[in-house]
Amino acid sequence: MMRVSMRVNGAQTEAEIEPRLLLVHYLRNTLGLTGTHWGCDTSNCGACTVWLDGLPVKSCTTLAAMADGHEVRTVEDLADGDSLDPVQQGFMQEHGLQCGFCTPGMLMTARALLDRDPDPDEATIREAISGNLCRCTGYENIVRAIRWAAEHQAAQAREEAAL
Amino acid sequence: MTATEVPAPDDTRTPGGNPLGFGRMLRKEDARFLRGQGRYVDDVVLPGMLHGAVLRSPYAHARLVSIDTSAAEAHPRVKAVITGQTLESLNLAWMPTLSGDVTAVLATDKVRFQGQEVAFVIAEDEYSARDALELIDVEYDPLPAVVDAKHALDPDAPVIRDDLEGRTDNHIYDWEAGDAQACEEAFAKADVVVSEDIIYPRVHPAPMETCGSVAHMDKVTGKLTVWTTTQAPHAHRTVYALVAGLPEHKIQIISPDIGGGFGNKVGIYPGYVLSIVGSIVTGAPVKWMEDRSENLMSTSFARDYHMHGDIAATKEGKILALRVNVLADHGAFNGVAQPTKFPAGFFHIFTGSYDYPAAHCKVTAVYTNKALGGVAYACSFRITEAVYLVERMVDCLAFELKMDPAELRMKNLLRPEQFPYTSPTGWEYDSGDYPRALSEAMRIAGYDDLRREQAERRAAAESDPSVPLMGIGLSFFTEGVGAGPRKHMDILGLGMADGCELRLHPTGKAQLRLSVQTQGQGHETTFAQIVSHVLGIPPEDVEVLHGDTDNTPFGLGTYGSRSTPVSGAAAAVAAQRVKDKARLIAATSLECSVDDLEWEHGRWFVKGDPTKGQTMAEIAMAAHSSLELPEGVEGHLDASVVYNPPNLTYPFGAYICVVDVDRQTGVVKVRRFIAVDDCGPRINPMIVEGQIHGGLADGVGMALMEVIAFDKEGNNLGGSFMDYLLPTSLECPSWELGMTVTPSPHHPIGTKGVGESATVGSPAAVVNAVLDALQIRAADMPFTPAMTWRALQGRPMRPDLAIE
Ligand code: FES
Ligand code: FES
Repeated sequence: MMRVSMRVNGAQTEAEIEPRLLLVHYLRNTLGLTGTHWGCDTSNCGACTVWLDGLPVKSCTTLAAMADGHEVRTVEDLADGDSLDPVQQGFMQEHGLQCGFCTPGMLMTARALLDRDPDPDEATIREAISGNLCRCTGYENIVRAIRWAAEHQAAQAREEAAL
Repeated sequence: MTATEVPAPDDTRTPGGNPLGFGRMLRKEDARFLRGQGRYVDDVVLPGMLHGAVLRSPYAHARLVSIDTSAAEAHPRVKAVITGQTLESLNLAWMPTLSGDVTAVLATDKVRFQGQEVAFVIAEDEYSARDALELIDVEYDPLPAVVDAKHALDPDAPVIRDDLEGRTDNHIYDWEAGDAQACEEAFAKADVVVSEDIIYPRVHPAPMETCGSVAHMDKVTGKLTVWTTTQAPHAHRTVYALVAGLPEHKIQIISPDIGGGFGNKVGIYPGYVLSIVGSIVTGAPVKWMEDRSENLMSTSFARDYHMHGDIAATKEGKILALRVNVLADHGAFNGVAQPTKFPAGFFHIFTGSYDYPAAHCKVTAVYTNKALGGVAYACSFRITEAVYLVERMVDCLAFELKMDPAELRMKNLLRPEQFPYTSPTGWEYDSGDYPRALSEAMRIAGYDDLRREQAERRAAAESDPSVPLMGIGLSFFTEGVGAGPRKHMDILGLGMADGCELRLHPTGKAQLRLSVQTQGQGHETTFAQIVSHVLGIPPEDVEVLHGDTDNTPFGLGTYGSRSTPVSGAAAAVAAQRVKDKARLIAATSLECSVDDLEWEHGRWFVKGDPTKGQTMAEIAMAAHSSLELPEGVEGHLDASVVYNPPNLTYPFGAYICVVDVDRQTGVVKVRRFIAVDDCGPRINPMIVEGQIHGGLADGVGMALMEVIAFDKEGNNLGGSFMDYLLPTSLECPSWELGMTVTPSPHHPIGTKGVGESATVGSPAAVVNAVLDALQIRAADMPFTPAMTWRALQGRPMRPDLAIE
């Protein structure tokens, strides 16, 4: 057993864990943050995508021990109270989710993309989400959702600047 | 209510900003999913919950010599180890399948496919449970495996099902439909006959969430609660009651949020049963979640049809007859999930969308050493295989006649005046305007321009091998969805009709309880819109309850695109009954005669005096008040309905796919995909389009990437997402959708199902496009670069076996 501590969604967490514990299980089982999902054994599906120090990683192939002393962010942290992040709003407006199982991973990937490229074109978006599988949407509306978020967050930023 | 009118778009917006009735409405369920607050089976945690893991067979076919579980039992965190022997003592080692066969819960005598369940460990945590699997010592005596369905009936083939009395071969059934004699005559008269072998290989629905369950048997109350990934919670409850002898009123099945189903979550898997047995044995709740390779290797596969088609036509291209022989690989147990009287599902709708009098099919089903299943993956009970067959055969005919495949289709499509149309194999298509849908797809595609571009490219490609080959593929499909009626269709004796209950509370807010269950289809939104459409109350005032057998009426569940055709009709009829009763109550309150009342915008009012009337909310309050109601009118405002569909609904569509094939690498790129769907009026067009998008991706996946193949020992070669490839955002183009609207004449609101249309219709369009690019008549999917390359060399491969 070993002790790990990491900030998750801004809050300090700590636990005694087996060294082999996967980050996805630390989040889901140890902390009860079940928004992060698990969908494969081979790092292919991206349902488990979270941020580690600001970068999206697949938490099914990251040991909790590797996150010791680091900063983790999950889907539960995207909304600011009642107000949804623009990517969450975009997914709703453009119907970017059906069963919702891939959605947390998609959202974390999308948010990271827009942070690094606030105005991505369709090809860039498709490339960015190509490590996240979705079985329901055929990706079309996910692409549109991310474009929606890009456009609306730009508009929101302009409004804020004008104030 | 009449079905033939298409509801005029109503621009009225509700206080919540939603359409009143039909129209684009954002989904209610999104609020929780977007925040990571969905509740899927794996999110269920109960006090004292234990974790199960399944030990699986490494062999495709082997005799079980011995199992030693002592080391596993000695593991400090292990609570119990269950083997086939334990189950035999409980009379639970075998369970019935949905097709009149039995299947092993845990193997007792032999293992019959790789990945079959051999033992179940229950431990305090999942990691320990899986550690303990390693400690179980199983001695197997390997046997030769039947891997190639084509050799399953060889005289010297090993007999897989020696558990069944008197079994001496691997034959399951022969089944036919249509008129062989009429076919014979039509073929004798034909100018042209084209024959082709077509494999629809084994694929897997692979929803992003795997299958699992959490079972809790409360010893004190005797109540069994099972949270489980099921598309058919009520059917599961009844099956558990029948199989395990548990009292049905003490079983509650909860199917919470489900991460995609596609037919994968219809059947009852050994893991579900084992979690229940585990809870009974240990007295604690037991969770079992399969991992991805378990999902791909052991749960319901789809297709695996080896087809031989013959099509007969005049030299002008008028189709005269279609004949097909199918060898169906059902795996080691016949566990196909379909209505009892339909052993090959609805495959005999294979005559498709065309007008010709003669058709015949014969299906021979066999056992092989592979996982069971067969009907899954959004196939509408094998209409996917049927559409693939006919649409490939029509293209083969076009190839031989050197005729444009669009022209050939146009020449043979059923005409609108032929509906309702009885097909040569006995299906009654309810409504359709097929030429209109095909013309619309060709218009959106710019079909003639595409053909011109293709001709130019072919000319250029002659001198330059780096110019990609361009292909244009079409498919036209007719679906049949919304099973029953109950007199023709049942599953395990349970008639296919679905219940629904609608209740208006005193303040006019409503609850709708459904037997069907959503796995992403957005029922909480769409069904609220159906009630809103009929009753004129805002959809945000209708709460839809589903997926919990204690709180919903009985019904057969969601698969085969049956939710809207069956339960959608039930909801509409329930709402209509509430509306009719509301009229009686309004007449009493307003002290007028019922005939004096008119309906508009959710309100009954007195003819000629619109100020004198009552809204549904006012009527609901009156219904619960001290108002004296007329003789025969009960208080309160609710209705309960069991809807027994008179017929299937028959959505249809025309698809066009454009691909580029790199001759130097065999890589196929889907450049465009045009889909014109007709599913009658669209309740929520946004949701309908989303469903179509998903199905089109399935078509690209199956045509280009997805296959579960086996090596000669019967090892599953598609057991992970590194081997079983799902389409990503890069393989999928931006879909171009169009629509036509032909209401169903027998559905109370005219709607048809749509959930599986695109999965059913699209694979043929992609394959036809690839073959059009390669300018060859036939080769089998999936067109991975290697398969395409070999087809280009004139040496196409069989996709299903790693055997040459
Ligand atoms: S669970 Fe599939 S990539 Fe992590
Ligand atoms: S919404 Fe179901 S997997 Fe993406």
